[in-house]
Amino acid sequence: MATILDARGLNKTFGAVTAAQGVSAAIEKDSVVGLIGTNGAGKTTFINMITGYLKPDSGSIRYEGTDITALAPRDIARLGICRSFQIPQLYSSLSVRENMLMALGIMLHCAGRGGFFSFSRPSVPGHGAPAEEVADRILERFGLADYRDRNAQVLPGGLRKLLDIALTMAAKPRVLLLDEPTSGVSAEEKFGIMELIMQAVRAEGATVIFVEHDMEVVSRFAQRVLAFYDGRVIADAPPETALKNAEVLRYVVGSPHA
Amino acid sequence: MKPDRTPLLLGAVLAAVIVAGLALPQWLLFILTIACAQGLVVLGLNLLIRAGLVSFGQALFYCIGAYAAGGLSRGFGISDVFVQMAAGIASAAIVAFLLGFLLARYRGIFFGLLSLALSMIFYGLIVKSETLGSTDGFNVAKATLFGVRPGEAWVRYSVLVAAACVTLAAAFLTHRYLKTPLGGLAPAIKDNEIRVEYMGASVRYAIHVNYVIAAALAGAGGALAASTVGHIDPEMSYWTTSGEFVFIAILSGTGSVVAPFLGAFIFGAIRTMAYDLSPNTWQMSMGIVLLAAIVFLPDGLWSLFVRRRSA
Repeated sequence: MATILDARGLNKTFGAVTAAQGVSAAIEKDSVVGLIGTNGAGKTTFINMITGYLKPDSGSIRYEGTDITALAPRDIARLGICRSFQIPQLYSSLSVRENMLMALGIMLHCAGRGGFFSFSRPSVPGHGAPAEEVADRILERFGLADYRDRNAQVLPGGLRKLLDIALTMAAKPRVLLLDEPTSGVSAEEKFGIMELIMQAVRAEGATVIFVEHDMEVVSRFAQRVLAFYDGRVIADAPPETALKNAEVLRYVVGSPHA
Repeated sequence: MKPDRTPLLLGAVLAAVIVAGLALPQWLLFILTIACAQGLVVLGLNLLIRAGLVSFGQALFYCIGAYAAGGLSRGFGISDVFVQMAAGIASAAIVAFLLGFLLARYRGIFFGLLSLALSMIFYGLIVKSETLGSTDGFNVAKATLFGVRPGEAWVRYSVLVAAACVTLAAAFLTHRYLKTPLGGLAPAIKDNEIRVEYMGASVRYAIHVNYVIAAALAGAGGALAASTVGHIDPEMSYWTTSGEFVFIAILSGTGSVVAPFLGAFIFGAIRTMAYDLSPNTWQMSMGIVLLAAIVFLPDGLWSLFVRRRSA
């Protein structure tokens, strides 16, 4: 399969802390990759470097052959690399539907559509329909249609997570990075939420990289696992192999038998 | 989708002003024209407030607009109110375009105080300049419209009609702007800049654009005020003038592009009455009104109309 994202020898230190040490990974198009590791292992740093929030001290990141290492987050987002956040980043004074419309409005703005002199409702690039229709469609797909008029601020944790990810769908992401999509969600809800997310993402056809602490979720949904420890990738394999790796068992899973 | 009633409302207000203006006393025509001038400033200020930025320095652009109009009148003998407003808009927009590169980096109290500081620097510059009349300022000739000087009794009325046309056109254009994706971005910027940036939009660019539009509107307001009052002085850039605009913005609310004009008119009316009733303590009366507005109408006067509609 073709490589969509290629990270090579990424290094990043914060003072005495090494957050990334020669991290390399080639992500294949349309694959689902799980990132595992204890807190501080370097998973979020990896995501932050890809999305441009952090610049690596050395190393390079290429997206479909283009070097994106030095680009700003918004330029990377415009290329089709989008992210969700560990703590959902919503427009808290707006309703669920207004959140969605705002995200779609930004897409129109970036595409230069719906300007001052356009009196018809422009169609959102990539979606082929006006924002109102696309918003309802995405909310439906994420099971948020019943909450459309609710204020984002008062939404329960799981739904906030879903909305956070639904917002990224406005951008028609080619690569989607999900930072702990199921954290703060009860154990029973986890699989349901992951299932919903994966279905929605598959319908759109995007490559997914997600950070997850629950190994059951990882083995169910990831096709490939990158295990982080101390800023290094200690395993890069399909889940059935990676989760049995001695180092992974010892440093990540924390099995007493290792 | 709800039909957009704002253009209709703006048209109705314009018609009402043109008709009622014929019967109103001169002093009320004056208050209405000044309400147009101040309303223009607040219309722009609201663009910033919607994005969570309170500028305590809009008087800078109000004053720049006024001195641009005054300069045209004194230096070139141009007293056409439309030309003066165009000059006010252009000069304020150019200054805001340059200052915007600095201001668009700041948020919250830093944005507020920096904008205040810039207006006070301008105040200081005018006070020190003898050519600009120092603290006394200078007089601005009576307005003409398209080269015609209206008769003495008609000056106030014709300037008001001209002002109302320009003002409501500006309100309509602002209303249109708020409907564009860029204009609609403000609440998102107020709520969550990180999300806006990670969706691919530049927050700084959006703030910069809003800042320039707000300044252009304030420049138009300043030029109109200069021509209406017939005198300009550095007080127009003083921080208390900016404070008045923030006062009116709070009083009106950001609910509609018509709100700033209603707010400015009520502000002018209350001030005139307060000054008439108690010349020595009129500021206290204004303070009580502001307090009442904040306590009882936190979303401004406009919320009165919105509530009634949704009920």
